[in-house]
Amino acid sequence: MSDKMTEKMEVKGLNFYYGTKQALKDINLAVQEGEITALIGPSGCGKTTFLRCLNRMHDLYPGNRYEGEILLEGKNILRKGIDLIKLRSRIGMVFQKPTPFPMSISDNIAFGLKLKGIRNRGEIEGRVETALKDSALFDEVKDRLNTPALSLSGGQQQRLCIARAVAVEPDVILMDEPCSALDPVATVKIEDLMSELKSNYTVVIVTHNMQQAARVSEYTGFFMLGEVMEFDRTKRIFTNPKNKMTEDYITGRFG
Amino acid sequence: MNTESREAATSSGDRIFKGVSYFFAISVMCLMGLVVLVLFKESLPSIQKFGLGFITSTSWDPVALEFGALPAIYGTVVTSIIAIVIALPISIGIAIFLTEMAPTSLKGPIGVAIELLASIPSIIYGMWGLFILSPLLGDYVEPFIIDHFGFIPLFDGAPLGIGMLPAGFILAIMIIPFISSVSRDVFLMVPSILKESGYGVGATKWEVIRRVVLPFARSGIVGAVILGLGRALGETMAVTFMIGNSPDISLSLLDPATSISATLANEFTEADHPLYLSSIVELGLMLFIITFVVLAIAKLMTRRYEKR
Repeated sequence: MSDKMTEKMEVKGLNFYYGTKQALKDINLAVQEGEITALIGPSGCGKTTFLRCLNRMHDLYPGNRYEGEILLEGKNILRKGIDLIKLRSRIGMVFQKPTPFPMSISDNIAFGLKLKGIRNRGEIEGRVETALKDSALFDEVKDRLNTPALSLSGGQQQRLCIARAVAVEPDVILMDEPCSALDPVATVKIEDLMSELKSNYTVVIVTHNMQQAARVSEYTGFFMLGEVMEFDRTKRIFTNPKNKMTEDYITGRFG
Repeated sequence: MNTESREAATSSGDRIFKGVSYFFAISVMCLMGLVVLVLFKESLPSIQKFGLGFITSTSWDPVALEFGALPAIYGTVVTSIIAIVIALPISIGIAIFLTEMAPTSLKGPIGVAIELLASIPSIIYGMWGLFILSPLLGDYVEPFIIDHFGFIPLFDGAPLGIGMLPAGFILAIMIIPFISSVSRDVFLMVPSILKESGYGVGATKWEVIRRVVLPFARSGIVGAVILGLGRALGETMAVTFMIGNSPDISLSLLDPATSISATLANEFTEADHPLYLSSIVELGLMLFIITFVVLAIAKLMTRRYEKR
């Protein structure tokens, strides 16, 4: 573990409102480049809301409002006039449930590539293959790249979604409880995959599963009632938390 | 009441309920069978007289007692196709606007307006078509079409304001509410998480709609089209007003024609000869068969899409 760290994203004094209801209060934390940052906390604590601020997914729905700053490589992504389409192609997202598009396996991955303006068939094919290899799916699907993605198993679909996110080479990948709909075997595969992705990508993962946070992440943030109770290295959070609430939560006294 | 008698009462209640439900469900089937049976029985004289020639003959001459259904079948099918061709893109546009783009303040009013369109009686559409739409089409739209597209045989004719194209127009307006409200419901069923995945890889709204929402909703849209088609095929009053009621087959969509339902409406009371009446009933049977085939194709298509 090198001590030289770069902050990929930095969140400063973030408040978020669904209409008039404040969902996040004064969030401050930093996402380190090339590391996995886990966000844990009880249901309704705001961790998913926070994750969706990072690629401004909330902007799809009317009435939502941000205050504060979220810096991506030093630039505030909450500023007016930012190109949200471009932003989202730099910050990929994987959802709670696998969300393959209703098209073939390879088209699913080519989707984002084509949006990026890559037209060359050879290049698309090459990058589809790389993305599938990166997400440890290639060997399982290489003979049926043109079959519908919906014919894959749940775990395979989720790895396909990760491959789809990886294919456009984003700066950051956001994962919103990516294993919550999967069985333990598929979960292990996704976790292995996350550890491998870490060498090339910065990952932020929301999880209900504390063991998962402990296993895969380097940093952990504990959310409660829309606030960050504690943010620190995962090791410290799980062995020596400063906050009593964090301790109660990770030891299973509530939540 | 003790437990035993309560149980007995419940189980006999259950039996009665089951029997009554069965009866109603089966009676739908029986009704359907009876309709077919009566149509068939009443059209027997015509079937015996004309055989398959009824479908292939283009002559509809009550005076000579010669009856061929081809012009009516042709008019029915062509006007319905025109209606779908016009109504489908408009309806999909309305549905996309309502589900993906409209501000909340507009969603309600537009949705209600569309449902109101569906509730207008078809005779009103027919009268509006004849008195308002038909002169407009005849004076402005059709001359324009003839001038610019007249070299295509489909659009070569006189600007009468009545005919297959005007009938198709009015049918399109009548089926837009059906297709758009079913499509809207189908689009609403596309999981938001799936759309978000599209946006998540950097797609624009248009790209998400075209590549994610529409493919996902495809089987539902087919269903919506069939619903509209079913309605267009059987629509009577508005078409009777607009189609021109002339039992001829013309390549030009601007020419007057007739449809099965228009013929039924116009001539049922005039059928003074048993063979005439029987031929009209056989026309009805034809309409029944066409609608049935369309529905069957729809079922097959939606099933195929659902499998994929």
